[in-house]
Amino acid sequence: MTSTDILRQDLSRRGILKGTGVLVVSFAVPAHLAAAATAVAGPKPLDPTQLDSYLAIHRDGSATVFFGKIDGGQGTDVGIAQIVAEELDLPADRVTVVMDDTTRVINQGGASGSFGITWGGKPMRNAACEARQFLLGLAAQKLKAPIEKLTVSNGVVSVAGAPGKTVSYGQLIGGKFFNVAMKWNGKIGNDLNVETTAQAKKPADYKVVGTSPRRRDVAAKVFAQPTYVTDVRVPGMVHARVIRPPAAGAEPTAIDESSVAGIKGVRIVHKDGFLAVVADKEWDAIRAARDLKVTWSQSPAAFPEQEKLYDHIRDAAVRKRTVEKETPGFEAAIAGAAQTVSAEYEWPFQSHASMGSGCAVVQIKDGTATVWTGTQKPHYARDGVAALLGLPVENVQAIWRIGPGSYGRNDAGDTVIEAAFLAQQIGRPVRLQGMRPEGIAWDPKGPASIHRATAGLDGDGKIVAYKFESKGFSRLEIDSNESDIAYSIAGQQWGVPLKPIEAFAVPDESYQIPNRLMAWETIAPLLDRASPLRTSHLRDPVGPQIHFASESFIDELAHAANADAVEFRLRHLTGRDAAAVKAAADKFGWESRVSGSAGNADADVVTGRGIAYSKRALTIVAVVAEVEVDRRSGKVRAKRFAVAHDCGCIINPGLLRNTIEGNIVQGTSRSLLEEVRFDRQSVTSVDWETYPILDITDAPEKIDIVLLDHPEIAPTGAGEPSTRPVAAAIANAIFDATGVRLRQAPFTPDRMKAALTGRA
Amino acid sequence: MTERISFQLNGREAVVDADPEMPLLYALRGDLGLDNPHFGCGLAQCGACTVHLNGEATRSCVTPVAAAKGAKVTTLAGLGSEKHPHPLQAAYVEEQVPQCGYCINGWMMTAAALLKSNPHPTDAQIREGLSGLKCRCGTHMAILRAVKRAAAMA
Repeated sequence: MTSTDILRQDLSRRGILKGTGVLVVSFAVPAHLAAAATAVAGPKPLDPTQLDSYLAIHRDGSATVFFGKIDGGQGTDVGIAQIVAEELDLPADRVTVVMDDTTRVINQGGASGSFGITWGGKPMRNAACEARQFLLGLAAQKLKAPIEKLTVSNGVVSVAGAPGKTVSYGQLIGGKFFNVAMKWNGKIGNDLNVETTAQAKKPADYKVVGTSPRRRDVAAKVFAQPTYVTDVRVPGMVHARVIRPPAAGAEPTAIDESSVAGIKGVRIVHKDGFLAVVADKEWDAIRAARDLKVTWSQSPAAFPEQEKLYDHIRDAAVRKRTVEKETPGFEAAIAGAAQTVSAEYEWPFQSHASMGSGCAVVQIKDGTATVWTGTQKPHYARDGVAALLGLPVENVQAIWRIGPGSYGRNDAGDTVIEAAFLAQQIGRPVRLQGMRPEGIAWDPKGPASIHRATAGLDGDGKIVAYKFESKGFSRLEIDSNESDIAYSIAGQQWGVPLKPIEAFAVPDESYQIPNRLMAWETIAPLLDRASPLRTSHLRDPVGPQIHFASESFIDELAHAANADAVEFRLRHLTGRDAAAVKAAADKFGWESRVSGSAGNADADVVTGRGIAYSKRALTIVAVVAEVEVDRRSGKVRAKRFAVAHDCGCIINPGLLRNTIEGNIVQGTSRSLLEEVRFDRQSVTSVDWETYPILDITDAPEKIDIVLLDHPEIAPTGAGEPSTRPVAAAIANAIFDATGVRLRQAPFTPDRMKAALTGRA
Repeated sequence: MTERISFQLNGREAVVDADPEMPLLYALRGDLGLDNPHFGCGLAQCGACTVHLNGEATRSCVTPVAAAKGAKVTTLAGLGSEKHPHPLQAAYVEEQVPQCGYCINGWMMTAAALLKSNPHPTDAQIREGLSGLKCRCGTHMAILRAVKRAAAMA
């Protein structure tokens, strides 16, 4: 079954079980088990304490798991299928993963923090273990053999030494509910787990985990089958477009309806600062949004001059300071150091700039609402829509369909609230899609920040004291989901006050440094309402900026210590961290020398190599970049990467490689090119010309990847970790090539050229 | 002011009554009910809307539907099928190229046109031929592998 088949099924849980045959079992079930496994009699409400909420076995012996997260195109669902298949002794392709509908899956947090496998996989695996234990119990009775003698292959239970004595999962329970309770940890979202007393397989026995079955959505995409939220069509549906203000915070004061009178069937929806147009045909809605004459209120200049952004951050009052780590001897150690080094780094606002802007379709009918959304967190979208419409949560169904790009809390979260409001106002199903600026100028941004580091080196060139402090906009001026309309543009345009969450982070690494002070500070949002520069999670929230700074700084320390950048890091690392650094360096063919001494700095085009290492949660990544810098134009080309990636147990190496490649290329784009442009009143990055991303002519020639597999260590996540060290690896390579240290991202030709000519 | 415009779409006759200035994209997705190409930018900057117009890769988001009058329009759905895939489609599956995949029409339709005019392009020719297309997930390396694989199949 392809993912498209799943997407096309709009079956209830009951429907799924019925669809594969139910109600009749051809053998007698032992009384104590019969009480548990009952025929499907009707829909069963989702209950986190019930095995049936996570897993079903069909009459043909295949399985379906109900996974409360989504996959943005990296194959998380395939990994989940493999984990479940492993414990059930099924091939991966006999496990279907349902993850698309709030009425069919329990909220496991949606896509979040690279936790899809790490946390999302736990209850799925435990449910599979529980199911297997239960099935073996049934089989033991049926086959009149002790459980210890049973073996399972491809969902068929056999008795060791008794050929022909077999029973299949399908025969044992196919189409029926387990009715088995599991111990639930009481949590909903990322942390949800259920416990099992059943033993999970030992890594040495893995047959499915560690192999590379293919994605289930690729064929549908390649053969142009309906896949995306943008492809959803509902009878009677109308098309909508929002009209954002020309100046942030401005509101319509006059709307000239006659300006769109010539466009058939246009309706204008206006509430406070929110303005949208609706028409039967999409092109008519687009034309109406373009042609509608609107007078806007004057709005104060909310933003600093772009070139004063970092001064603004430096000068702004601190809203929250959090010291994540402080050792008492820090000041004394700095004072006693043989050498101290300080530096400051700057990172701009960046946009999700998804391939297409957000889209949602909402239908409201008889006190219920159905929402089709591309958000990463459909359950929270459901909650936000329910709150907006004043409906009980159980009357709102959110159906996930992949959106045009999924790297965090992008504009999809705003679209879903707006589409629900419009459907309510218009009284017909509404499909809303943003035009290009909605997804670049108006999506929530990755925050701009500055980072200050000071360290002391001893006489042996070891770091004895290290201070690292970040100051910037919170990474969550709006939350990373849309459960509260305060987090949506429309909500803020209606005057719902901001509810910023003060959040940042500190470098994640395992350098052995005796004295540390690691802290972060957040400052106020630039505008107290619907701001195009509001921040939220963008792939690896605050990871790229922090580790651009911290890993550039470690390189500066290596240089100050007159040490090779790899060797200097290894002085301070042990175990898996050191192994990753070595693996990346070896794969690259790293030649040991002090960076900046490549000796080619007089040529027009110079090359260099740099390394960076970081952790994310428990995943370890080391990246070596080779760059080419054209000293005449200032253009930097990241030519080659070697990546060592350790995320514990690897579920699917093939898909992991593609995921890492994507992170490296996107990370390169963000490092070299991406900076949201703005003036005092608006964001002026509105399309691909004004927010350029990496072109294929500049894509690396080669990305070599070393996967460091630890089957005995639970998986620690791979969606984002390889994004974070990219910028520093490139910056360190630029230093090696040119002897010039770039401390402000992105490394555009202008910035590079200015630095080369000493004007930086 | 609507006009009756007919053209050949993926080998079949298609007729729309539409404002001739309306971009072809909306005729394909709206009037004719196709699920691709996609709206990406509406500015011919990304390629997500790419179709073949008389064999040439064309950004349908800025091409008036009138330009398709009497023409041969091919979309990704017309390139091949699971049973009879275009070499690029087979290669895309082999290499597991797309992540979100929303950009796919641009890369595949442009590459298909490229391979037709230059069946065995060099790496540099592939990059040059695909320049300007956007992929936000960063699948560029896999795209390059797939185009080379497709070229090798031909």
